Amino acid sequence: MNKIQKPLARTFMGIMVLFIYAPIVSLVVFSFNENKSLTNWGGFSLQWYTKLFDSTDIMTAVIMTLLIAILATLISTVIGTFAAITLSKSKKVIKDMVLTVNNIPIVNPEIVTAVGLLLLFVSFQVDRGYTTMLLAHIAFCTPYVIITVYPKVRSLDPNLAEAANDLGATPLQALRMVILPEIKVAVIAAAAIAFTMSFDDFVISYFTAGSATNISIYLYTLRRGVEPTINALSTIIILVIGLLVTYNYFKSSEEEKKEID
Amino acid sequence: MYKNPVYKEKSPRKKITFNSAQFIGLPYYVVLISLILIPVILIVFYAVTERVNDLFITFSLTYFRQFLNEPAFIKTMFDSIKLAVYTTIVALLVGYPTAYLITKTKKKTQNLLILVLTAPMWVNMLLRTLAWKQIFEMFNASLLGTDFAIITGMVYVFLPFMVLPIYTVLSKIDPKLYEAADDLGASKLETFLKVTLPLSITGILSGVTMVLLPAATTLVIPKYLGKNRYLIGNLIENRFLQFGDWGYGSAIAIILSALIMVMVYLTRKLDRNPEAKE
Repeated sequence: MNKIQKPLARTFMGIMVLFIYAPIVSLVVFSFNENKSLTNWGGFSLQWYTKLFDSTDIMTAVIMTLLIAILATLISTVIGTFAAITLSKSKKVIKDMVLTVNNIPIVNPEIVTAVGLLLLFVSFQVDRGYTTMLLAHIAFCTPYVIITVYPKVRSLDPNLAEAANDLGATPLQALRMVILPEIKVAVIAAAAIAFTMSFDDFVISYFTAGSATNISIYLYTLRRGVEPTINALSTIIILVIGLLVTYNYFKSSEEEKKEID
Repeated sequence: MYKNPVYKEKSPRKKITFNSAQFIGLPYYVVLISLILIPVILIVFYAVTERVNDLFITFSLTYFRQFLNEPAFIKTMFDSIKLAVYTTIVALLVGYPTAYLITKTKKKTQNLLILVLTAPMWVNMLLRTLAWKQIFEMFNASLLGTDFAIITGMVYVFLPFMVLPIYTVLSKIDPKLYEAADDLGASKLETFLKVTLPLSITGILSGVTMVLLPAATTLVIPKYLGKNRYLIGNLIENRFLQFGDWGYGSAIAIILSALIMVMVYLTRKLDRNPEAKE
């Protein structure tokens, strides 16, 4: 890049970073505000953090969000990984049909998936609550597990399972000792996608949860308007995500270094 | 006579492998049919039938007719699509240069920049939208409720979906192509227009689809940044959760899906042209 372009490019990227982080910084800063205002600084205080942990409503929402995300991740990852293995052995017609149906929730707007699941529960007169919310999360996470794991399974050498079999491994042993280690990275990636999708989901939960809540539903249905307790909650979430992202970044750059060496 | 005992033992085992491979996929098929396929069928069913009394239901297109005869609803639909299109254009105009400039840095800086730009994506979308509400209240509260506030919020939330696919495509372009263009006497602008842009069209289109779709159907952003402005997502929410009007709500959902599929189809169509020219 020449002399004029470089500062220009830097300024542009600087503005982008500001655009992306200004709202996040303001969330964090006002979580430490002495008074209730979200726009005027009144001094430093940790009172919103104490209030956050004292609020049963918010704590229930946080715990249920985590619980549902963990269960939905476990179930959809197991179901999806097994299905990916089955699919790789199915006939092409079945495979194509299954993958088409599998893509419905991925291509459709979230709200359409939400409406469909609501109608399902209403039609079969299932009371909506945490169980229906969990079922809904499994419904939208599993397709993502499939599209993440299936390509990896398909690229596996079919002789691998055969070899395990010939060497006397039972199918379960072959799965555990030969196939799973080969697709481990894809399975972990799929679980990570499922977890974030479930943890952040709003629309589908909102339609299928009835009177149950998670963090998103709690925020959306807040009647009194937003209080700095929400900022305190955001700050904690941002901190956890920040740490995870940084850890991952250094871990992966270390691995890259090793590969080069 | 010599017999190979190992061989004999093997054949029944192979059968088990085949059966168990089918068996472990079973829970998925249950999910696929009961939680994905049946809901879609139900949406269509509710949209095209009408309850006569407790026992009978008939085929009817009343709900579709009702929607098309209500100018206020049509206006809401076009309002949503208009805002989504503006958002997509702004996201492209901002996202493309961002992705392009990232590819011009060192590999290590590239990874870091991508991380910096996408990390906030992991934070709950409602919290990020609330953060923008706070920013607007701090600097100019009168902007809340305007198209500007809604578009800003949507660009903010969906920008990574534009930057990532474009970056992926741009970073795969062979640098030798730029050298070749330079050697052949192309100016920087010519290189960009004739080499970079055509090669990145796939990334652009996938970014456009990934921004357009959620932007057209969001519930959260119009509520927080639009001062409870009513867009198509809110209309569906309202029909279902406030009125329990399944049939009407389903009809609107179908119309929305159809419109979006047409837009996605047209976007994909664009992808054909540059390839055909090559």
